[in-house]
Amino acid sequence: MGKVFVAGVGFTKIAEHWDKSLEQLMAEAAAKALEDAGIPSVNSIYVGNMMGEALQEQAHLGTLLAEDLGLTGIPAFRIEAAEASGAAALYQAALDILSGRSEAVLVIGGEKLSDGLSEEVSSAMMMSGRQEYEGFIGADFYAINGLLYRLYEKRYGSDGIAMFPVISHTHAAGVSHAQYPFKLTLEKVLSSPFIAEPLRRMEVSGIGDGAAAVVLVGERLAEKIKSPKTAFFIASSTDYITPFERENPLHFQSLAMASDKVFEETKVERREVDFIELHDATSIMAALSLESSGFVEPGKAGRLAEKGEFSLEGNLPCNTFGGLKARGHPFGATALYQVAEAHLQLTERAGNNQIDSAKIGLIQSLGGVAATAFAILMKKV
Amino acid sequence: MARINGVAIHGYGGYVPRYRIKDEEIGRIWGKTASELPVNEKTVAGPDEDAATMAVEAARIAVKMAGIDPRRIGAIHEGSESKPYAVKPTGTIVAATIGAGTGLLTADLEFACKAGTEALQLITGLVETGRIEYGLAIGADTAQGRPGDALEFTAASGAAAFVVGRAGGDAAASIEAWCSYVTDTPDFWRRPHDRYPMHAARFTGQPAYFRHIIGAVKSLLDNDGYSLDDFDYFVFHQPNVKFPFAVAKYLGIDRKKITPGIVTDVLGNTYSACSLLGLVKVLDSAEPDQLILLASYGSGAGSDAFVIRVLDGILERRRRVRGLSSFIDDKIYVNYALYLKFRDKILMG
Repeated sequence: MGKVFVAGVGFTKIAEHWDKSLEQLMAEAAAKALEDAGIPSVNSIYVGNMMGEALQEQAHLGTLLAEDLGLTGIPAFRIEAAEASGAAALYQAALDILSGRSEAVLVIGGEKLSDGLSEEVSSAMMMSGRQEYEGFIGADFYAINGLLYRLYEKRYGSDGIAMFPVISHTHAAGVSHAQYPFKLTLEKVLSSPFIAEPLRRMEVSGIGDGAAAVVLVGERLAEKIKSPKTAFFIASSTDYITPFERENPLHFQSLAMASDKVFEETKVERREVDFIELHDATSIMAALSLESSGFVEPGKAGRLAEKGEFSLEGNLPCNTFGGLKARGHPFGATALYQVAEAHLQLTERAGNNQIDSAKIGLIQSLGGVAATAFAILMKKV
Repeated sequence: MARINGVAIHGYGGYVPRYRIKDEEIGRIWGKTASELPVNEKTVAGPDEDAATMAVEAARIAVKMAGIDPRRIGAIHEGSESKPYAVKPTGTIVAATIGAGTGLLTADLEFACKAGTEALQLITGLVETGRIEYGLAIGADTAQGRPGDALEFTAASGAAAFVVGRAGGDAAASIEAWCSYVTDTPDFWRRPHDRYPMHAARFTGQPAYFRHIIGAVKSLLDNDGYSLDDFDYFVFHQPNVKFPFAVAKYLGIDRKKITPGIVTDVLGNTYSACSLLGLVKVLDSAEPDQLILLASYGSGAGSDAFVIRVLDGILERRRRVRGLSSFIDDKIYVNYALYLKFRDKILMG
């Protein structure tokens, strides 16, 4: 893979933005990213969004955003890959640069979940599963996570799995763009009601609105512009939509393959990774992600979480700004937030959340229950 | 807005049905745990009760406390979103039953949970201008909640009534000021012929309830020269127990000034009667010269805020009638099946 760089990032606070539209949120994040990169225009725009048609009855987001940003005339598209839509947009943007067609690409991710009632959001979330099979029997995202959790419990025991939300909240405390910028105790997690037993309410991400944007540039432009930059590498893979049709439901093969690819391409070893931004849509997904991508042995993630391995001061800090659980998870925007946060870490602009001498960060983004996976590796330059 | 000149409450009354259902019992049916229940229990109107009969019960108490001939009442306004008739006024039923005359103005009002305080505003205006001698303002509802919906855990029944006239004659309390804050905010609605209302979940919080109540309270303070420290009690609309305390926290009000006006924990949300029953509860124990800030909330959306000062006459007047606490304490629990029957939720085919 050739060279692609992150040259600017921007994002909104994740919240219930009752007074702003999806389009406004995305335009706001995009303008901030362009300002951070210090460039007024780009060659193309890619938009990551999952539910625009379902919740806002709005498609054609690429062209809308181009107009909002005064960039009409350039190619602009929306890319969709369920909750990993933002990462899919980044993937296409990177290919655009690598092909030589574009030198600067703006990638915008946005989702406005508060426009729907909880029933409508739940129904729209079902779009990431197979409607004719899972949807038909009501096996939604959380039900499947509950089943995976139960299987994990049976196979390995579930000690420490509920620590993942605690870690994410500890890291999000005081983060200005986080949806839930406060600490959460393990007792609170374990006393929250079940949403799909044994999965509890405080073990899943909430519903929020937000947008984040990233400016990717090619090597020649990267040399010219002054903004802080990080090297960007991305790989992707897919698996059967339904985990229970996979050989081992507790192994996210898609993530394993995407991770292998990105490490192979960059010649980076797993032990060199300084931090990971996990796709912790649920606590069990955080554990399965770490285990599937080869950082932790199967069945060990919870116990290591208890020991502080994944805390900011630990050996492998995870979710340095709070992850999906506490920073927030506006689906199509999530991967863009992850990349923006990794960029802040690697350019030493992470404030109180800064990890000492961070050089390499890994980002994982999943669509559905890891039916689509992206592994993004970012390096300090 | 200039302060209100010489208008007082001469009598007030609160009424709630005897029947109660515990939220625990509703939760048993719908699979909710104790931590998910918004109130302890709520009132359930009996099979022979509706917003008209409950309005009459409350009005009788208010008129008795006022000690006036009902024929001196020149206007009756009732606020409700559960009128027994779609077309036929409720005010005329109340007027005929309490023995008011025929030369009176009646109009039913609807503004979700704040229609009762709107009635109080209109009556205040009619008295202040001298158009009527006494007026009766009522808030009454048999609130509806779809089985299994979040509303079912709070939607309750009750009524509150106020006889308002010129100040003097040892009135119970004076109404010193009011103001309203309204916007077009669709947080909760019911279309014609629909049995149950729809609501936009968390949208009913920050951009709806909190924005409007805080907006009304702030404009009342700014426009009429009051400060939060002037008040001994605050009564806010109570769709659940959490919300009024959250307003208090935001405004920096001591919880002790909120607690006396909380009724939702044991009565549920009685919609148009809700904040007015909170006011009745406070008036039942307040001391002369204490100051009360009342702020209702109605979805759709708006809030009416009032400044009410307790007068010496309240001490003697309170002894004339049955207080709200006796209704609160007088209860018969029903199970979910009886509740379904009483609230006419069983389809007969």
